[in-house]
Amino acid sequence: MNNAVNEQKPQAGIKLTPQQLRARRARSIAIALALGVFVVVIFLVTLVRLRSGVLTRPM
Amino acid sequence: MSVTYSRAEPSIAGVGDYIELMKPRVMSLVVFTALVGLVVAPGHLHPVLAFAALLCITVGAGAAGALNMWYDADIDACMARTAGRPIPRGRVTPGEAAGFGVTLAAFSIVSLGLLVNLVAAALLAFTIVFYVVIYTMWLKRATPQNIVIGGAAGALPPLIGWTAATGSIAVEPIVLFLIIFFWTPPHFWALALYRSEDYARAGVPMLPVVAGVAETRRQILVYTLILTPLGAAPWLLGYAGPLYGAAALALGAVMIALALRVRAERDGHKASKQLFGFSILYLFLLFAMLLADRLSVSLIGHSVA
Repeated sequence: MNNAVNEQKPQAGIKLTPQQLRARRARSIAIALALGVFVVVIFLVTLVRLRSGVLTRPM
Repeated sequence: MSVTYSRAEPSIAGVGDYIELMKPRVMSLVVFTALVGLVVAPGHLHPVLAFAALLCITVGAGAAGALNMWYDADIDACMARTAGRPIPRGRVTPGEAAGFGVTLAAFSIVSLGLLVNLVAAALLAFTIVFYVVIYTMWLKRATPQNIVIGGAAGALPPLIGWTAATGSIAVEPIVLFLIIFFWTPPHFWALALYRSEDYARAGVPMLPVVAGVAETRRQILVYTLILTPLGAAPWLLGYAGPLYGAAALALGAVMIALALRVRAERDGHKASKQLFGFSILYLFLLFAMLLADRLSVSLIGHSVA
């Protein structure tokens, strides 16, 4: 009985239109690029901040 | 008036819509004036740190723009100039814009504090809060002095640039702040003169709507007369050369001439449109001259050394 009811249920979830898919993909790429820039900036600033002898300290 | 925006379906907002939320044209002026504040400051900031500071200020300005569009969506929908913005057009929901703005604001302030210095970060936080809470949420809908007081937010970037370089506040960046502060009323009131019907429809108490066109034209002239000597102040105070001083006075004379034409204008808005257009050029050229002056001094200093 339950199985029969489940089989008749429409597919759950939201089906994205091609336009929504394109927009989501573009947003995802933009977020990835922004995070990439953020990581590079943090890396470069760390190099600048630490350059004054952090690698030459006595062991 | 209340406008309801709702969408149950997934977002169709593109990257361009989010960039538009950040008000890129305003952002470019903010970045440029902050750059000038940073360059004219004494001492030397490593180029990587200077870039990081400018990036944080840029993102902070974008955050303020997004939060402004979130709160003002009802006003924007009523005005021809702003009806095509992403929220009134239904491309971005108010919630998305608010989330975007708050995230960018938090990122930019914390990053500026950690990467550059805390004074600059505190000033950036103050600027964003002032623009969003004091100007957008309160003054804009409450008083015809909205853009006079609210203009302080737009005038702060050179001060942030200076503090990013030095970690402290001095007289020189306060003069740059005052230049933009006194430039803002003639700039926006010139626009408001030929958009007053829009503002009236949206219920925004801009000066032409509340006090009338004649009073607005008079006040434009008064602020322009204050602005011109202020524009030359960096030369008068000795931190810009005579070439800058001459250019500032010449540009100021054109601003006064246009403000006088606005004052004398009886029909149409030709003079107002000219003043609005030239005011953007005025501020850009003034700060570009200051930048060129400082860079030439640095180059001469290096070649002599």
